Amino acid sequence: MAFCSVLFDSPERKARAEGCEEPPFFRDLNLDQVVGAVTAGREEYRLLPFFWAPLDDADAVAYRHEVFRDLEETALREGITSFAEKMRYVRAHLEQADKLYYLLQKERWFLDAVGTYIQAVLGLRETLVQSELRSRALRALRQYLCSYVESPTFVDLSSRHAELEEALAGVTYCVHIDGNRIRVSRYSGQRNYAEEVEATFAKFKEGVARDYRTKFPSWPDMNHVEAGVLERVALLYPDLFSALDDYFRSHQGFIEQTVADFDREIQFYMAYAEFVRRFVAAGLPFCYPRVSNQSKEVSASEAFDVALAAKLLAQGSMVVSNEFHLKDPERILVVTGPNQGGKTTFARSFGQIHYLAALGCPVPGRQASLFLFDLLFTHFEKEETLASLSGKLEDELVRVHEIIARATPGSIVILNEPFSSTTLRDALVLGKKVLERVSRLDLLCVYVTFVDELASFNEKTVSLVGMVAPDNPAVRTFKIVRRPADGHAYAAAIAARHGLTYQQLRERIRQ
Amino acid sequence: MKAFLMFSDRDFDLGQGLPPNEHDLTADLELEKIFAAMALGDSFLLDLARRAVLSSLGDPMEIRYRQEILKDCMDHPSVVRELYAIAVEAIERERKVYHSFFHYPEAVLHRAIEVLRIFVVQLKRLRRIADEHGQLFSSAGFSRLFEMLRRELDDDYFRRVESHLDRLELRQGVLIRARLGRGNKAVDHTLLEPPAVRRGWRQWLPFGDRSAYTLVVADRDEGGMRALSEMKGRGIDVVANVLAQSADHILSFFSMLRAELGFYIGCLNLWEQLARKGEPICFPVPLAADGPILSSRGLYDVSLSLTVDERVVGNDLDADGKLLVMITGANQGGKSTFLRSVGQAQLMMQCGMFVAAESFRANVCEAIFTHFKREEDPTMTSGKLDEELSRMSWIADRVTSGSMVLFNESFSATNEREGSEIASSIVRALVESGIKVLFVTHLFELANRFHAEEVETALFLRVERQPDGRRTFRLLVGGPLPTSHGEDVYHRVFHEDAEVEPAVTPS
Repeated sequence: MAFCSVLFDSPERKARAEGCEEPPFFRDLNLDQVVGAVTAGREEYRLLPFFWAPLDDADAVAYRHEVFRDLEETALREGITSFAEKMRYVRAHLEQADKLYYLLQKERWFLDAVGTYIQAVLGLRETLVQSELRSRALRALRQYLCSYVESPTFVDLSSRHAELEEALAGVTYCVHIDGNRIRVSRYSGQRNYAEEVEATFAKFKEGVARDYRTKFPSWPDMNHVEAGVLERVALLYPDLFSALDDYFRSHQGFIEQTVADFDREIQFYMAYAEFVRRFVAAGLPFCYPRVSNQSKEVSASEAFDVALAAKLLAQGSMVVSNEFHLKDPERILVVTGPNQGGKTTFARSFGQIHYLAALGCPVPGRQASLFLFDLLFTHFEKEETLASLSGKLEDELVRVHEIIARATPGSIVILNEPFSSTTLRDALVLGKKVLERVSRLDLLCVYVTFVDELASFNEKTVSLVGMVAPDNPAVRTFKIVRRPADGHAYAAAIAARHGLTYQQLRERIRQ
Repeated sequence: MKAFLMFSDRDFDLGQGLPPNEHDLTADLELEKIFAAMALGDSFLLDLARRAVLSSLGDPMEIRYRQEILKDCMDHPSVVRELYAIAVEAIERERKVYHSFFHYPEAVLHRAIEVLRIFVVQLKRLRRIADEHGQLFSSAGFSRLFEMLRRELDDDYFRRVESHLDRLELRQGVLIRARLGRGNKAVDHTLLEPPAVRRGWRQWLPFGDRSAYTLVVADRDEGGMRALSEMKGRGIDVVANVLAQSADHILSFFSMLRAELGFYIGCLNLWEQLARKGEPICFPVPLAADGPILSSRGLYDVSLSLTVDERVVGNDLDADGKLLVMITGANQGGKSTFLRSVGQAQLMMQCGMFVAAESFRANVCEAIFTHFKREEDPTMTSGKLDEELSRMSWIADRVTSGSMVLFNESFSATNEREGSEIASSIVRALVESGIKVLFVTHLFELANRFHAEEVETALFLRVERQPDGRRTFRLLVGGPLPTSHGEDVYHRVFHEDAEVEPAVTPS
């Protein structure tokens, strides 16, 4: 297989991805935060489009899983990091060469950039040769690189580079400054005077001395006096400097496009893998999900909201994970329970885990079987303003309708507390209607609501409840557990804390 | 170059931490008065005195090294004071040389040259003293110093240094070697030997010679002039650094010389004051810490002597082989004074000084601790016994076999039985750990407990009391007497006894 891309198994898919924009559900699921954290510090690679383009094909996902698995090898990751650093250096040097005014300086910065590029390519090839690669993508890349470094272009680039570097390193010259005159000449073996002075005073030397050396500015550019000296040095070594000039002119655009593309695309993996390691180090598991666009029997254990977990880890707080599993014909997770009990977080994590899986990435959780959706829809209650309150229910219905209209049996829908601004009766009626439509489309759905009755709507619904600590209902455990919805459990727990349960009351009264 | 007047093989470390109980030692043994007498108002000498006296030496060899030097100083005080003056002058003149606020190589270089010219003058003066008086000194320390000055600083060396200083004025311009670094900018600037004489005008001719090219910066090109001066700066940076560091090194030689001589100047100052009063001093005999040795004739309290006009009463002590010396007797009978004089002598011996006695010998102690009754608890955070016990616990964390602990009326903040019980177990534990204990107490119960045991390693001293009740401030060998003499004091204060008050009233 000819090497195309480390991210995509076909040029078509690659071309499609480049035009992507941020999906509308990104903010609801806090995926904008997740992707922001993943790509932070890698802005130069323009990775966002890759994170905005979910895959809908299990084999395309497998293509990426293979690369992620190969990258579990530390030596490989280090090799790629070193390659990336060198490429970054190459770009910085070329940029610097561009900015400089004096040609003799541009040429040398250019030469440095080429040198680093050569090292980057050779180093990467070596890394890949040394690695036990299993992924289709990296094996194809290895094959490509091996032939590239033996190509006449590359061989010429590197052999002439080496000659020039060696010759330039050997240039030594003298500058005699007397008044306003500077005389530039070849060095002819005069003694190092500082050493002689140092030797004379050596007998007084004791311990560590203060450093009196001046910190000179180290601008990359030159002033006209330095440039004047350099010009005269070039006159002292005419052949060498004309060879440098020739090299500069004949090797512009020396970076191969395939190499440059790989440098960018591999950062998708590096960024995500680095992000994942933060969680794994804190004991939060990630796994390679089984994905399918057939089976809707989705499940996950120890899943968590990555955006929230990142925040909690930064604060040093505990992260609560949850599980879910659906067996045919179950499709709809109805989540009820106390406020601030982790319902929304659960809904987000369900969306996140499916989206991340569709990116071909490892997902938060111990194990996961997930559905490859064609479209993903979310409806999260927005922070409302008083002015819009009256129109809110209508707006919500418009939105939900739009979702139902566009959704296909291959879609996922996440509805977070829809109709919460209306009466319980309305919410129940509307909710039933929506669930009816959802059921008919056989959609995978999460429905967060305060309406207990919806939890047992039909054979497709599964009831999940946010739990509180049994001895103290003020403490939420953030655990979402599969059990019948029961609004009374919460009240009973509060009663127990005050010693007012039936049992407690009986015993108190008995005394 | 090293002065090595405090140690035969190393510098006197002015940054060395003092023992953690420096404040207790200073207060309890009234060392401040001794330091002041050594310093005579000079804050530098005061600091030195404190450091030297409180930083005990552990090896009799090291102590004798200083004793020999101090004897030389006492034989030739004026020469030693002149050496000290040369060091002080070198340091003070260096301080006056202008420090440029801007830190650039030319300024660094020129200041270093100026400072080194001053130092050359002072070093020559040291050499002359070594030439003229060196033979009169017999201590190993001074012999080595003078010999080093004569060997290292011969006339030829001074000529070489001065020639460098002249050449480094760089009147013929700066000759620099460089290489091409990143972006072809000059790197690795190295100053080459300055051209001895200016070459003829021909060297600047632009044509003919293909081995050199010339660049002239126009007079009005300010940016060019700045660039030129920076280029020059890069060339002389290393040599400016070398020279400035050399100046610093010589400065630290003078500083060390001043500090080390300063200790002996302090000793001379104290000696002269005691000698004026006719108080005796002696060079103590320091012994290895093999076993408890402590004997003295005419041992007196230096601080007390420095505060009164008369000579003070000295005591004899024969405590060789004794780990416990328990001192009992009437209040205000000179017990505390005696305890202080032992502590002072031990510290002064261990820093190489003379001792305020006709003779003194003792084993070297690893560390010296004092546990004196405090008049009050300034923080009021704990009860008195509590405070005393926590101080004792602090000492217990640090005390080692071979140390010495001086107790003064400790653990008397409670009733006698309890105090004695606490104190005796502490004393027993210390003594059995090989720690030398001197305990001043009016707790009869405590003293008697040890006295009754008739232990070989314990010595009991008692304040001498005349039949008429007067104190002589002398201590005699003897066990405790069941009654304290507090009522004596009471009587003296409340009754108009015709007795003559002693001139010296120790606390």
